[in-house]
Amino acid sequence: MLSVRRRAVNAVMLSLTGVCTLLAVGTLLFILGYLFVHGGTSLTMNFFTKLPTPVGELGGGMANALLGSAKLLLLATCIGVPIGFLGGVYLAEFGGSSFSFVVRYTTDLLNGVPSIVIGIFAYTLIVLPQGHFSTLSGGLALGVMMIPIAIRSSEDFLRAVPVSLREGAMALGASKAKTIFTVVIPAAKAGLITGIMLNVARVAGETAPLIFTAFGNRYWSTGWEQPTASLPVMIYTYAISPYADWKQQAWSAGFVLLMLVLTINIFARMILSKRGHAAR
Amino acid sequence: MNTRPSGPVSALWQRLRSGDDIAYVITLTSALTILALTALLVFELYKNSAVPRHQFGWSFLVTSTWDPVAGQFGALPFIYGTVVTSTLALFMAIPLGLGAAIFLAELAPSRISNALTFLIELLAAVPSVIFGLLGIFVLVPALIALEPAIRSVLGWTPLFSGPFYGVSMFSAGVVLTVMIIPFIISISREVILAVPAEQRDGALALGATKWETTWDVVIPFARQGIMGSIFLALARSLGETMAVTVVIGNDPAIHASLFAPGYSIAAVIANEFAEATGDLYLGSLIELGLVLFGLTIVINGLARVLVLSTTKKGAS
Repeated sequence: MLSVRRRAVNAVMLSLTGVCTLLAVGTLLFILGYLFVHGGTSLTMNFFTKLPTPVGELGGGMANALLGSAKLLLLATCIGVPIGFLGGVYLAEFGGSSFSFVVRYTTDLLNGVPSIVIGIFAYTLIVLPQGHFSTLSGGLALGVMMIPIAIRSSEDFLRAVPVSLREGAMALGASKAKTIFTVVIPAAKAGLITGIMLNVARVAGETAPLIFTAFGNRYWSTGWEQPTASLPVMIYTYAISPYADWKQQAWSAGFVLLMLVLTINIFARMILSKRGHAAR
Repeated sequence: MNTRPSGPVSALWQRLRSGDDIAYVITLTSALTILALTALLVFELYKNSAVPRHQFGWSFLVTSTWDPVAGQFGALPFIYGTVVTSTLALFMAIPLGLGAAIFLAELAPSRISNALTFLIELLAAVPSVIFGLLGIFVLVPALIALEPAIRSVLGWTPLFSGPFYGVSMFSAGVVLTVMIIPFIISISREVILAVPAEQRDGALALGATKWETTWDVVIPFARQGIMGSIFLALARSLGETMAVTVVIGNDPAIHASLFAPGYSIAAVIANEFAEATGDLYLGSLIELGLVLFGLTIVINGLARVLVLSTTKKGAS
C-alpha cells in the first residue's frame, strides 16, 4: 500500500512541474501581449516612412533604421552564409578526419563567444584602422556571428540526404563534385534555406555588437562606409532616453522587431516539421 | 595543332575536369577560414589589450578601482557583478527549468508537449533588447512594488539589505532567469526523453510512484546532460549584454546586497566602448572582453563534454 505521504508528495511535485511549464509559456504570452498593447496599437505609417525627428518634435519614424538593419543583414548574410555553407559541405561530404573534429570544435567555440566580444573583434579589424564607425564593420560583426550556425545547419541538412541518392548519382557516372552540387544540395534545398532564415532571424535582434561598430545615425546612411542606424540599437537608445515620445517609439520598434523575428521562426519551424514528417 | 596536354599534365587536367579537387579545395578553404577567424579573434583581443596587460599585469583581475580619469583600471567589480547575477539566475532558473522539462518529457502527452516546447523555443528567439525594454518598464516597477514582500521574507539576510532603487543585481538576475530558462528546458527535455524506458518500467514495477521514478531514477540517469544544459545556460548568461545593461544599475563597486546596483563585464563594454579614449582605457575594455571570452570558453567546453557523455550513455 502506498502511504498517504508518498501519494501527497507525488501529487504535489507533479503539479509543481506543471506550474513551472505554465510560468515559462506564460512569460512568452505575456511578452507578446504586452508588446502588442504598448507597441502594436500605436504603430503608424510614419514609423515605416519617416526619419527620426529632433527631440520635442512629434511624429518621427524609423525608416532609416529599418533600411539600416536590412543593409546590415544583407552584408552579414553575404559574409556568413557562403563561408558557413561551404564549410558545412566540407564537413558533410569530405569530412570524417580528425581535421573535421577540429573544425566542429572551433565552430562550437565560436558559437559560444558572446556577441559583444564579436563586436570588439569587428571594431579592432575595421573601426580602429579606419578611424570611424561604419555599416561595413556592423555587417562583419553580424556575419561572423552567422558562420557557426550556418556551418552546423548546412552540415545537418546535407547529412539528412539519404546515401542512396548519392550512390544513384555516382552509379550513373557522376563525379563526387557533380553529385554534391546537382543531387545532394538540391535535395537539401528546403532545409538549407530554412536554416539561413533562422540564422538571419537570430542576428536581426542583435544589439550589443552594433553599438560600437554600426553605431547609429539620425539620417539616411549611404554606402557602406558611414555609420548606420539599426532597429535594435534604436530600441535601446530610445528606451533609455528621458523622452516619453521616444519611449513610445521604442515600444513600437520593439513590436515590429519581435513580430519579424517570431514570424520567421514560426514559418521556418513549420517548414521543417512538415519535412520531418514526410521523411519518416 | 594539338594543344591537348599529355603525360602528368594530362592526369592533372583530367582530375580538375571532374571538379572533385576544386570542390574539395574550395570547401576546405571555407573550413580553414573558420579556424583562421577564430584564431584572429583571439589574437586581436590579445594584441589590442597589450597596454593594460603590461601596465597592470595580473593585478587587473583583482583590483576594484575603475577610474578612467585617473587611468586606474581593475576588473574585479565587473567580474563580481557578472558572476553574482549569473549565479542568481541559475539559482532561480534550475528548479523552474528542470520542473518544466520533467513535465514536458514525462507527463504531458506528446502533442501537447511538442506544442509547448515550440512556444518555449520561441521564447529563446526573443531578442535580448526586447527583454531590456520589458526590464526597464515592467520588471523594475514590479520589483519596486514587490520589495516590501521580498524584504519581509528574506530581509534578515545580508543579501537583501540596504536601499532598493529598482535597478540592481537582483533585477539583472531575474531578467537573466527568464532568458536562460528556455535553454535549460529544451536541452533537459531532450536528455530526459533519451533515458531508456526500461529504467522507468523497472522503478514503477517495484512500486515507486511516478514522481519517485522520475526523481530517483530518470533524473540521476540524465544528470550529466542536465548539468550540460545548465552550463550552456550559464555561458549564455555570462555574455548577455543588453538586458543586463539596462537593469543592473551600472555601479562599478562591490556590494554584498543583491538589492544594490552592480555592473557586469558585458554591460561596461556596451556602455563605455564607443566613448573610450586612449590606448589604456580602450585596451582595458578589450582586456575585459578577453576575460569574458575566456570565461565562456571554459564553461561552454564543460557543457559540451557533459551533454555529449549523456546522449552517448542513453544510446548505448
